Amino acid sequence: MQIAPVDSAKLCELHALAKRIRCHIIELLVEAKSGHPGGSLSGVEYGVGLYFYALRHDPRRPDWPERDRVIWSRGHVGALIFSLLAEAGYIPLEELLTFRKFGSRLQGHPTTKCPGIEVGTGSLGQGLSVATGLAIGFRMDGKSNRAYCLMGDGESQEGSVWEAVMCAGHYKLDNLCAVVDCNALQIDGRVEDVMGISPLADKWRAFRWNVLEVDGNDLAQVLRAYDQAAQTKGQPTVILAHTVKGKGVSFMEDQASWHGKAPTPEQGRTALLELGCDRDGRLIRGLP
Amino acid sequence: MTMTVRATRDGYGEALRDLGEQDERIVVLGADLTASTRADLFAARFPQRFIEVGIAEQNAINVAAGLAMAGKIPFVSTYAVFVTGRALDQIRTTVCYSNLNVKVVGAHGGISVGPDGATHQALEDIAIMRSLPNMTVIVPCDYHETRKAISWCARHMGPTYVRFGREPVPVVTKPETPFIWGKANPVCGGTDLTILNCGPLLKQCLDAVDLLRSAGISARLLNVHTVKPLDREAIVKAARETGALVTVEEHQVHGGFGSAVAEAVVQEAPVPMRFIGIQDRFGESGTPEELFSAFGLTASDIARAAEDVLRVKARYSLREA
Repeated sequence: MQIAPVDSAKLCELHALAKRIRCHIIELLVEAKSGHPGGSLSGVEYGVGLYFYALRHDPRRPDWPERDRVIWSRGHVGALIFSLLAEAGYIPLEELLTFRKFGSRLQGHPTTKCPGIEVGTGSLGQGLSVATGLAIGFRMDGKSNRAYCLMGDGESQEGSVWEAVMCAGHYKLDNLCAVVDCNALQIDGRVEDVMGISPLADKWRAFRWNVLEVDGNDLAQVLRAYDQAAQTKGQPTVILAHTVKGKGVSFMEDQASWHGKAPTPEQGRTALLELGCDRDGRLIRGLP
Repeated sequence: MTMTVRATRDGYGEALRDLGEQDERIVVLGADLTASTRADLFAARFPQRFIEVGIAEQNAINVAAGLAMAGKIPFVSTYAVFVTGRALDQIRTTVCYSNLNVKVVGAHGGISVGPDGATHQALEDIAIMRSLPNMTVIVPCDYHETRKAISWCARHMGPTYVRFGREPVPVVTKPETPFIWGKANPVCGGTDLTILNCGPLLKQCLDAVDLLRSAGISARLLNVHTVKPLDREAIVKAARETGALVTVEEHQVHGGFGSAVAEAVVQEAPVPMRFIGIQDRFGESGTPEELFSAFGLTASDIARAAEDVLRVKARYSLREA
């Protein structure tokens, strides 16, 4: 198939946005004192690619019937999710500092309290079935909405994931696109040591999906994959995004220990300096 | 009194098919038990709106969740023991937590499932489902009540759980008997105690009332189809006015309908109670009649429990005097 290359100005813009998102992730987590930096940082590129390139949506109208749906099956990456929604315009930037606090619309794992969240998630292994149901519903009504599901490689250990993979393949749901964040790490260590899931691409292919493998931290590759997924007929597409957990912050990169631990204010400062985020007003607020 | 018998699952299948005619948003999911749950009536009429997911209950529930989010009214049709057991996290954390419009249907509830034995006899599902916020739990007593419950569920916005059995059961209610969500139905008046029935053992309760009458005991009988939200007002009133309760369900005595009644009563009008149900055991193979007998679910068992609770009631009265 012919996929047009992405405009380089657009790519530049998205790179700058990705940097901002990484800064927000760090700020959010320092403020909240809990959360998941590793998996949030690894998912920035495909998150930006989704909300600022591939997705048909209108942040001013979160209930717009013709919108594509996004299901964050890997719901623990709230720092990433809410940063994306804030930059997209669903919620004010300042609200990001309420993440995980009592009474906040930005709960520890996302809920429908927050505009732009379609369904509460956080219990791994459930989201792809929901996305499958959406895709079936859209097709029943002849609609052109698409359903996207963002998942993790560790999450793929849940058997319920494969029920959904089987179902979507069986029903040839080409309006469904899954993205698996293959950062190769989970809480107890490397995924392949804890409970090996490879060969992962072969597994999805065996369930009749179209499989794309990309460097998940390479924006251009990610955007191209979204385009290919949208043009694939007769089967759903999975994008296996090979990422680095903690990408962008040197002391967090490829470390299992940074799965679910928030940085201290001092670690946060170091991270922001490394990311090259300056205090030019594009941050929510400066750290002390 | 001779009564006709009809299977509650027929009430489900026929109601679903008729609802399908009225509202094109209704869709049905099957998990390889389509004929057994009588969803085949809908599937034959509306094949485009029937979605088979195979032996995969977790997927069934969350596909239904997605369909509800896409504007459909999905009924998930499978056995109670599997859908409430294997798919509990999906029902809890996807459906109930986000208050999605998913209709969970638990067929083959209770011990009267018979020869299949314990693996297929749901005895804990009422306890499990009623513990979930945003969930409605309905256990209809007969064919007509099942039809009304299903129709109500289709019109209600929010998660629902309806549980019914396998066997034909006596048709006690009439088409014109009211079905009001969360409201108990009076069946007989009485003054010495109240029997509260939940589900298809209503005929056994009626027979127990007759047995008690011939022993000079006046038993009130209420039919309580909605376990959650419970008709606390009617139940507390019955406790206050009659002073002793016997609850009846085809379910474990721990955590089910009887426990729900006890929770209400103990707060406002504590009275002695007895619980007719499965006494903390798994089921087994047998005919429904053999199983009712072996597991203490007959009219005689209910009558005996009534006499027992009246002895306790009498002891309390003596103490007060």
